[in-house]
Order: sequence, then C-alpha cells, then structure tokens
Amino acid sequence: MYDIVIIGAGVTGCSVARELSRYNAKICVVEKEEDVCCGTSKANSAIVHAGFDAAAGSLMAKLNLIGNLMMNDLAEELDIPYRQNGSLVVCLSEEDRPNLVKLYENGLKNGVEQLRIIEKEELQALEPNISPDAVAALYAPTGGIICPFTLTIALAENANTNGVEFKFDTKVTGLHSVKDYWVIETPNGSIETKCVVNAAGVYSDVFHNMVSAKKIHITPRRGDYCLLDKNTGNFAKQTIFPLPGKFGKGVLVSPTIHGNTIVGPTAIDVDNKGGTNTAAEGLNDLIEKAGSTVKDLPIRQVITSFAGLRAHEDHHEFIIGEVEDAPGFIDCAGIESPGLTSAPAIGKMVGDLLKDKLSLSPNPNFNGTRKGVLDPKTLSKEEYAKLLKEKPAYGNIICRCEGISEGELLDAIHRPLGAKNLDGIKRRTRAGTGRCQAGFCTPRQMEILSRELGVDQSELTKCGGKSKLIVGTTKDRI
Amino acid sequence: MINYDIVIIGGGPAGLAAAVSAYDSGVHSILILERDKELGGILGQCIHNGFGLHTFKEELTGPEYAQRYIDQVLERKIEYKLRSMVLEISPEKVITAINREDGLFEIQAGAIVLTMGCRERSRGALNIPGFRPAGVYTAGTAQRLVNLEGYMPGREVVILGSGDIGLIMARRMTLEGAKVKVVAELLPYSGGLKRNIVQCLNDFDIPLKLSHTVVDIEGNERVEGVTIAEVDEKLKPIPGTEEHYTCDTLLLSCGLIPENELSRGMGVRINPVTSGPYVNESLETSIPGVFAAGNVLHVHDLVDFVSEEAAAAGKNAAAFVKSGMAEGERHEISLSVEDGPRYTVPSTIDPAKVEGNLTVRFRVGKVIRNHFVCVYFDQDRVIHIKRPIMAPGEMEEVLLKKKFFDDHPKLAKITVRVEEA
Repeated sequence: MYDIVIIGAGVTGCSVARELSRYNAKICVVEKEEDVCCGTSKANSAIVHAGFDAAAGSLMAKLNLIGNLMMNDLAEELDIPYRQNGSLVVCLSEEDRPNLVKLYENGLKNGVEQLRIIEKEELQALEPNISPDAVAALYAPTGGIICPFTLTIALAENANTNGVEFKFDTKVTGLHSVKDYWVIETPNGSIETKCVVNAAGVYSDVFHNMVSAKKIHITPRRGDYCLLDKNTGNFAKQTIFPLPGKFGKGVLVSPTIHGNTIVGPTAIDVDNKGGTNTAAEGLNDLIEKAGSTVKDLPIRQVITSFAGLRAHEDHHEFIIGEVEDAPGFIDCAGIESPGLTSAPAIGKMVGDLLKDKLSLSPNPNFNGTRKGVLDPKTLSKEEYAKLLKEKPAYGNIICRCEGISEGELLDAIHRPLGAKNLDGIKRRTRAGTGRCQAGFCTPRQMEILSRELGVDQSELTKCGGKSKLIVGTTKDRI
Repeated sequence: MINYDIVIIGGGPAGLAAAVSAYDSGVHSILILERDKELGGILGQCIHNGFGLHTFKEELTGPEYAQRYIDQVLERKIEYKLRSMVLEISPEKVITAINREDGLFEIQAGAIVLTMGCRERSRGALNIPGFRPAGVYTAGTAQRLVNLEGYMPGREVVILGSGDIGLIMARRMTLEGAKVKVVAELLPYSGGLKRNIVQCLNDFDIPLKLSHTVVDIEGNERVEGVTIAEVDEKLKPIPGTEEHYTCDTLLLSCGLIPENELSRGMGVRINPVTSGPYVNESLETSIPGVFAAGNVLHVHDLVDFVSEEAAAAGKNAAAFVKSGMAEGERHEISLSVEDGPRYTVPSTIDPAKVEGNLTVRFRVGKVIRNHFVCVYFDQDRVIHIKRPIMAPGEMEEVLLKKKFFDDHPKLAKITVRVEEA
C-alpha cells in the first residue's frame, strides 16, 4: 500500500513528487509514457510568466506569482538553466492603450513587482527589432525563460533520489475507492494507495470524473510553435507578447534559454487528447500573427515546428485540492498556462495539503540539490582539459550542431531515471535539437544507446511504445 | 600550439583532393581533420556506381572512388586525424578541435582549406505539418542506416523531394525489398540528375509526381501514412487534390545546405544564394589564405567536379604558403549574373592571377530549353554556347580562357547570362 500515488509525470506531477519526498511516505508516480515530460510539459512556450495576466484574485494568479518567486532558488538547487530576461506586452495602437493600462493594473493587483509601462523610445532601445507600430508596452522584468524538459526531469530525478518510485509505461485504466483507500487499475496490475494525486494534464478530467459526481471538462487546446535556428538567438531579447485576446496570450516571440528563438502558440480547440499534430493552417496563421509585434521575423530560419496541448478547463482556472466527494483524491486539473511557472507553487500547495492530511513526518535524508548533466561548455579551459583526460568520451562529439559529446550521452543514460530512447537523450542533453534535427547523429546515438542499454538496435525507439527507429535488417528477409 | 602550413577541414572527397594537390604543389606540412571514423566522407555510404567517369574514365562506386584518393593521401604520408571535431576557427587561422586521444587542442595554420561538405534539409526546416513520429528520415540518414549499418528504416516508403540521394534511395530501398510507393517533388521539375530519374525510378516503375508535396504525416509513434497534394504555381497545396498513402517511412530529399557554421564563425563572407563562401578565382574566401571547395562552397551533382575544384583550391593554398602567406595587391573584377544563372563560382576574378583556363560554375533557377550561355567581358561577348536544356538540378560550367583576359586589359566587369536562340 502506497501513501500517495501521483498520476502523471509531467511538470506538475514531478513537482508534487519532489515536494512530497521531503516527508517520510511511500510514494509512486505512474506514467503512461516511457519517460517523464511527454505531454503538455514538453511542448509549450518555455516561459516563466511574471504573473500580470491571470485574473486578479484567482488561484492561477496566486500560484503564478509564487511560482515565479520560487523559480530562481529552485533552478539553483536543481542545477538547471534559468534566466529572467523580462517580458513585454506590446501595444500596437493608441486605441488599445486602455487595455494595456488594464493589464498593468491587473498585474499590480496580482502583486507583480517592478512592473511598468514603457513608451516607444524606451521600448525600441530595449528591443531593437520591435515593430515600428508599437506605441508602448507593459514591461515585466521578472518574466523569465526556462527549459521545460530539464525542469521536469530535474524535479523527477530529485524526487527519485529522495525515494519516490516511478512506474513508466503504466497507463491508468480504472480508479475506485475501497473503504479508506484507493485502487488504481493498470495493465500491469492494480496499485493500492491511501491518496491519489491527479496530475494527468489533458486527461485530468477523465480521472476526476471517475471518482466525483461533480464533473469537470478539459478541452485540449492545441498550440503550434516554430523554433528558429540559434543564429536568430539575439533577435528578441525579452519575451514579446501582443496584447492578449480571447484565446490566451497570443503569439509570442521569445529567445529560449538555449539561444534559439521560439514563435507561438496558436490556440485551436481539438477533440483528440493525443492530437499533437501540427496543421498547415495553424503554422501559416502563426507565421502571419508572429510578424505583428516585431519587424522582419526571420521565419525562414525555422528548424522545427511542433504542437502542444493545453489542458484548458472550462472556467480557465486551476482546480487544485481534495475532491469534496472523493476523500483522498487530490486534483491538479486544468493546469494550462501559467502551469509551468506555477509548478513549484502547485507542488508546495499539494505537498502541504498531504503532509497535514496524512500527518507526514520530515524525511531526515531529504537532499534537495541535484546535479544536472554536465555541460563541458560551462567549464573553464583547465577544468575541461582535466575532464577530457579523465573521461575521453567527452572528446567524442556526437551531435555536431549542438556540440554534444558521448560523455554527455553516457551521463544522461546512466543517471537516475535515465534516458531510454532518443527523445530521452534529446531532452536531457540537447543532442539532436540543432539545425540538422538529428540527421547526422541519429545513427551515432543509436549505436551508443544500444551498447549502453544492452539491447539490439531494432528494439530502440524514438519515444517508447511502437516508435521503433528501424524495422529490421537488410538480411532478415533473405 | 601545433603548426601546420595547410590544415584541411574535412576528409571527404574535397578534403582529400585538396590535400593531395597541395602536397604535389610542394607543401608537405599538411593536416586533414575529419570528424568521422574514416576518411572519404559521404562517399563511404554511396555504394552505387557512377562515380569517376570524368576523373578516372571508368565507373566506380563511392567507396572505390574515395579509396583512390585515400591511397594517394597515404602514399604521400599526409597526416590526418579521425574522429576529430573542429569546434572553432579564429580569423587568425587558429583551429580549436577535440577528440578522444588529444582532448581539446589548437592548431595554427598557415592556410586553411574549408571542405566541410553539406547537410540535408530536415523535416523541420521544410515545416511539414502533421505528427512527429519515428520513421521520418532524411535520405542520407536512411542511406547510412541501410548501406553502412545494414538496418532497414522501413518497408513501405514515400519519398518527398527528387534530389539525387532520394532517387538513389528509392532504388536502394526497392532492391532491399521495400516498396517505394511514390516520389513527390514540390517543383515542376526534378532536382536530381536525369540519369538518376531513369535508372532509379523509371526502371523500377516508381511514380514521380511533380508539383506535389506532403501535407500531412500520420502516426503518433511510428509513421502510419502520409497525405500528398498537388501544388499551384505559388507552391501552395490545392485543396481537393489530396491523396493518401499508407506507409511506415517518409524519406526526405529536399535539398542540401553547405555546412558553413565554422566559416561564419571565423568571419568568412557567405553568398546567400549558395549558402557558401564568396570566393575569387583562386577559390579563396574573403579571408586571405582561407580557401573553400566542394559542397561547402556550392552543392555539386558529381563528385568528379568536387575533386577537380578541390585540387585547384589545394594548389592555390600551397601557392599562398609558398608566397610567404602575404596577400598581394588585388585587382578584383566581379562576375555578375543576368537572366538565368543564379550565381557563379568564383564571384570575383583578378586577371593577373589567372593561369591557363579558369572554370566558372553556375546553376540556373528554372528549366530553360534551347538557349545560349553567354559570357560578356564588358560589352564584348566572348562565349556563346548553345544548350538544348538547362535545369536547376544540373550544374553548368564555362571555361574562361587566358586569352580573353589578355584581349581585355581594361576589363571592368564580367557578365554570365542566358540568351534566346
């Protein structure tokens, strides 16, 4: 019997898991995919929002602000890259200025610090590629950029090191209560637990509705993105938003923490909870809209496009807490933007709730720090030389575009909850994320992954399940 | 820091030919840096024949062609380092590289020949909509998997793009038992060589659909099918023309991009048309003593011409070293293009540096039938050659004779253009 089972190894589930690993409890995360960070957490704007746009007084507004304030320390503890590059909401006509002021006032009510409206001249100095039509902007220096992969992976690794179990390839197919505990059905058998945390992203309504008479509804709202080559990395300095409209915050243009430019998202409601396929209309729409806030967006430098699904709850609010008619079942539902930003605060909130509910005692062995996959580019010349001497694998460059070595791949494969497939390597090391999009390094990565995991290359996948990279050999039908 | 007179970046066909030629021109302090585990570059996986008809007057496979040059490098005892990745080159020609044996190391070069080759355009750069499953490969990656590793990337294949590697892979996959259902090409003409259309598609009854593109990729985990559609003159898909193909693999052969990250990093000027460096008659880039040849300069159709071009670059690099590595006075005349040609290599010429005939290579932007290739020295037409057909997929060349330059001592401008018959 577990004390707590968390459904979903996205950023919310992993943050809750890490928070709960501070206590003595038997905890397990169940995830239908082969790795963490495979749903909404993997495909979003990679932004840490300042917190000015969520409706004042909402839980969303509160957790956004707390999450933003927690992120610096968290990034340091978990050894992940994070930078507060600042956000700009651009007003393109004097007519719209009242809406900009409204947004500013909303931000003040939410408690966002250093927030101010800047005029054209200052805006142009701050952001040389801003649209000449821009008349003013809301400037939020506390907005930031982060890698959603490494944030989620780091939270999971740290939770795991502190005793949280992870069950992958484990899809929850049923859920019911027996006396004072819960039984979770999976194809690998049933799991018993005192409490359940529902962190299932776009599927969170499915699990909620299995246990509660008070139904909720989550719409998968697709967002298409384009990622541009690193040679555009200086195009935008801040994260540039248009003034928000009905469907979310509009198409942003932002640097990423790794030096690319990201453009997106669209907002298209879809029926399919697995519908992460981009569509031509979406991408065209995106390209058209992205051009509004900046001049001469180098959209031809696109290196990949992708889509993510926001878990949009009908009332556009986070649903976090114990479900009234299902004691011991804790929802983290409707976690859409600013969900990534809020993740640390959601973890804390749910952690506190379960600590009190289960009267958990502190885990004396808890260690909140974690070392990331070593990036030799962060070392001094002397340290680098020493590393190369001790571990020659760092001298074997596998991904030419991002300059990722075999040493980094080995680190990613052999660490807690290590990489098991190409996407796992990609999200831990960035190998294959560059301009050639793994054309060069795929066969090289396959060779290393096969050797290190001790499995035949024909068993290797892109992202688990049926995503096999090859279908056999040239000789197996002779 | 280690010193070499000439460092060659990349040990593919261009790098090998440049090294041999530089050596034979009298400079023996040469180092080739190669990131793969063998010399020969992409030729190692090009196991089909058709290489060397111009250079060796016989038909060789890719590995055989490469071996001829590797042997010449070995005979001359030219130094090379394998599995060595160049990370950076400074404008002062200091090369920073890394490998397992030496760790991080720096080399001061007297002259550099850039021969890094090219890479394939990816699905991402093409912005093809749909899911992102396993089973979408560039043709070259698939070629490596099949020919070097012995793996089958899939059994039922659709190919987008009719570049030469895609055409070759259509035949290759078929010979290995896969079913290649269709080759779709966005443009109204093929990007590959005519002989490859005949030998790789027609001979195997593989349909080529011109003016078609992929508009959707299905399959959440592994490719399950693709939809292709016809495109209009603006290359936009025409609604209602969609055709669905069940397949487990999509191969992409949609163009090659010269790999000039190192060149850009050191400040070499890049021609936006070719994505390769601007070079003068000596194949020298905007940085004196830094030369470029092969697919890093502009994408070629035939390796024979890569070797020829690279040999010239190697010879010129040796001359630069022997002249004391000083850039003398230059009198640059620019080559401009009109009505047809998109670019020329070289893009400038100093007549004083021209010895014998100078080859000028270019490509046209669309299919042109029954026209003349003309070269003007100022107002004077010095070349007027009939071409029954010119296509973007086939590189053109003209020979500028030394005599042309001697006859035009006050030459200010050279123009390459295509004229009606």
